[in-house]
Amino acid sequence: NILILDSEGKRVAVKYYSDEWPTNSAKLAFEKSLFGRTLKSNARTEAEITIFDSNIVIYKFVQDLHFFITGGDDENELLLATVLQGLFDAIALRLRNTIDKREALENLDVIFLCIDEVVDQGYAFTYLSSY
Amino acid sequence: VDYSPFLGIEKGAVLQEARVFNDPQLDPRRCSQVITKLLYLLNQGETFTKVEATEVFFAVTKLFQSRDMGLRRMVYVIIKELSPSADEVIIVTSSLMKDMTSKTDMYRANAIRVLCRITDGTLLTQIERYLKQAIVDKNPVVASAALVSGIHLLQTNPEIVKRWSNEVQEAVQSRAALVQFHALALLHQIRQNDRLAVNKLVSSLTRGSVRSPLAQCLLIRYTSQVIRESTNDTQTGDRPFYDFLEGCLRHKAEMVIFEAARAITELNGVTSRELTPAITVLQLFLSSSKPVLRFAAVRTLNKVAMSHPTAVTNCNIDMESLISDQNRSIATLAITTLPKTGNESSVDRLMKQITNFMSDIADEFKIVVVDAIRSLCLKFPLKHRSLMNFLSNILREEGGFEYKKAIVDSIVILIRDIPEAKESGLLHLCEFIEDCEFTYLSTQILHFLGIEGPKTSDPSKYIRYIYNRVHLENATVRAGAVSTLAKFGAMVDGLKPRIFVLLRRCLFDNDDEVRDRATLYLNTLGGDGAVVETDEGVKEFLFGSLDVPLVNLENSLKNYDPSEKAFDINTVPKDVKTQPLAEKKATSKKPTGLGAPPPGPPSTVDAYEKLLSSIPEFASFGKLFKSSAPVELTEAETEYAVNVVKHIFDGHVVFQYNCSNTIPEQLLENVTVIVDASEAEEFAEVDSKPLRQLPYDSPGQTFVAFEKPEGVSAVGKFSNMLRFIVKEVDPSTGEAEDDGVEDEYQLEDLELVAADYMLKVGVSNFRNAWESMGVDFEHVDEYGLGPRDSLAEAVNAVINLLGMQPCEGTEVVPPNSRSHTCLLSGVYIGNVKVLVRLQFGLDGPKDVAMKLAVRSEDETVSDAIHEIVASG
Repeated sequence: NILILDSEGKRVAVKYYSDEWPTNSAKLAFEKSLFGRTLKSNARTEAEITIFDSNIVIYKFVQDLHFFITGGDDENELLLATVLQGLFDAIALRLRNTIDKREALENLDVIFLCIDEVVDQGYAFTYLSSY
Repeated sequence: VDYSPFLGIEKGAVLQEARVFNDPQLDPRRCSQVITKLLYLLNQGETFTKVEATEVFFAVTKLFQSRDMGLRRMVYVIIKELSPSADEVIIVTSSLMKDMTSKTDMYRANAIRVLCRITDGTLLTQIERYLKQAIVDKNPVVASAALVSGIHLLQTNPEIVKRWSNEVQEAVQSRAALVQFHALALLHQIRQNDRLAVNKLVSSLTRGSVRSPLAQCLLIRYTSQVIRESTNDTQTGDRPFYDFLEGCLRHKAEMVIFEAARAITELNGVTSRELTPAITVLQLFLSSSKPVLRFAAVRTLNKVAMSHPTAVTNCNIDMESLISDQNRSIATLAITTLPKTGNESSVDRLMKQITNFMSDIADEFKIVVVDAIRSLCLKFPLKHRSLMNFLSNILREEGGFEYKKAIVDSIVILIRDIPEAKESGLLHLCEFIEDCEFTYLSTQILHFLGIEGPKTSDPSKYIRYIYNRVHLENATVRAGAVSTLAKFGAMVDGLKPRIFVLLRRCLFDNDDEVRDRATLYLNTLGGDGAVVETDEGVKEFLFGSLDVPLVNLENSLKNYDPSEKAFDINTVPKDVKTQPLAEKKATSKKPTGLGAPPPGPPSTVDAYEKLLSSIPEFASFGKLFKSSAPVELTEAETEYAVNVVKHIFDGHVVFQYNCSNTIPEQLLENVTVIVDASEAEEFAEVDSKPLRQLPYDSPGQTFVAFEKPEGVSAVGKFSNMLRFIVKEVDPSTGEAEDDGVEDEYQLEDLELVAADYMLKVGVSNFRNAWESMGVDFEHVDEYGLGPRDSLAEAVNAVINLLGMQPCEGTEVVPPNSRSHTCLLSGVYIGNVKVLVRLQFGLDGPKDVAMKLAVRSEDETVSDAIHEIVASG
């Protein structure tokens, strides 16, 4: 799953690739615990990682945006980190390196397109520059 | 100020705005904005009704008229989000098919993705040839689009996708890294049921060059799969493809290195030698500046430590520094790994670090740490003092119920298993209940005090703590305290006067239950306060276990009509109807009863003990020494599945037959096992307990008990025949006929061997134990084992024959060794500690010679061990 939340834990853009969260309320609850779990950590210089409820979560904070990639607990953590970096780089490129909530919302179409490109239905898809 | 361009956005308004899509002169920018708003709404969880969705969809289709690329991209995205139904899809099909053959790569790629998302079988056959062309398209984005779509389509239209094998095969050779990745994934999916094909695929690629790290990761996974499925013969040299995996440890991309290291650690029956390069690499990751690497490494090492703790020992220092890692998940993983891999001298250091760490983590992590501390203490019982102090300290701090319960449970286990820790442990628990907010825990502890307290050297010191609870707590705890006091009074005559005084004060309590209990005990303990012994029968009545299952008692009481006749507890049925077991998530898909072995009651020592002592016929056999693991007496997929557990007592053995009936049309009654012990002369059958009913899919047990000479580890072979009355059952009603037919069913033989009398009990420091055992009852001898398959095989054979616990990892024989020393320890029947030192040597190409040195507390046992080896 790809999740971009703001500094209060509210949704900016999300994409779920699993049926594990069938209703919107389930998704919102997940986002809330995810946000709470990671709030205190400093994921600005390096991507951080944690595990809860059998989900591995890789995350990075930039300005007032929180980026998350989640996967099952048997997934290769480094692979997930690469996907996160790929998404991040794609967005940074399009937004000319100004990444904050305001820019994201003003260019939400760009965000949606990047998410669409980076993962196709749960499969790491494309445009990851080094790969 | 919480700025957002979507402030105040409302679905109705946006749907209105979408009307601009119908304009003859399309404004691409405006339309893009509207689409963005629609996507935003959907993303925030807004739902469109069927009508609304259809309207939006139709409007969006108009946008194909614009040639603006940015807008077309947005159109693709929103079509996927709207998930149109089959009849709606037709409208865009031709537009999309036109895009699929467009000169613009981006159009081709994305049109393919959209089409494949919304397509059905008939449409698919129409566009199939374009897809095949796309797979081998020069433009990698197009090729990837087709391949990834193929992966998804394989779920719904496998026959179609499989026809593309040749194209996909070609794509695997692509110079574009991502294309190779997607092609490999798709090809594997297509071929995954053909083991040979996968094998060939892996073989050719591991020899060739794979450009993309992502593809390399996939290849590693597929290679692991091939290794798993090949019948590997670890005796004769390396595993197939191991060299490939090991080579990947030197890859440029960390992702690949990690995937390979992980794959190696997960190999079936992996050896220390195979593990070493992987662990070396993981060790390096432990000190990386990137949390993701540290986390991945420590998580993998944690898993390895469960089966190969010695292999991970080199990483201990690195892991200790991870305890103070900023990332709490990493720290917790480190904390739970170290107890498995550390040794006695590092315990103190570990405890210091853990103490600092506890305040920072959440309750659920704390529970994990508590479990780790407990296993640490059981592994190093000499350290019980500091570990027990630690547990009691954290018990006093803030924490939730589950957390405190975990700590109390751990303390209880330690008290039970480490005699030296009992007194301090009980005192810690007493101090805890002075300030415990959880009634459940207080009552549990009081109950436990009642059992263990009287057995200590000075029970009186606990009385004050217990009595204080009668003053200060709620009714439930007060009642529990009263019972505990009474128990002390019953078990320790010298305390009776004091207890009576205290119990008399309880007669004035506010609560009914408390007063009732006090009255009961005062009247039954006897002696009216003098120091006399309480009658055994009274003790049994007051504190003995209930002979009947609570569930049945409750039911009988509910059905009892108050009348002249008193309620008779003997009328309560003693058998528990075993419930069909709930399906476990990850295990086989077959429902229980069809080939799954009958599980029987939970198989822990405690559970068996309870079970056997609740059966009156076996209650007099004394303490249960050992229960074997279940041994199958039937083949898989037979009508009746039976396995047996062998329970060893001092002068008896009891065979517990766990039976399962897999035929829905049958009900078996009066199930017994007829045992022929003619090849087990020292045994005499004394009793048996039949199983009254064995319905379909509801496992049950029947028992047969034999007497044997006391203290002798008699062996023998027993042949078994299942005998029962079978009644036909109508599966639709579940009713059985009244009449049945007697029948028999032959089971396999079971053997009682010397190893059954040996308990696997390890020692943490073999040398110390060996020295302190002394040479008084040492028995040393040499044996020629003749030609064997390998040194490792010979070592394993002797370990299994003796049934003892290998210590300090000495069961692992490094390959190509010509000699090996193996250290074993165990407890023999009669509670005799036994230590064994085996020295193996290769005498020529295949012959193995062995020197067996046994030290024990009893000469006859030392001799017996040699007997086992000599005759085995």
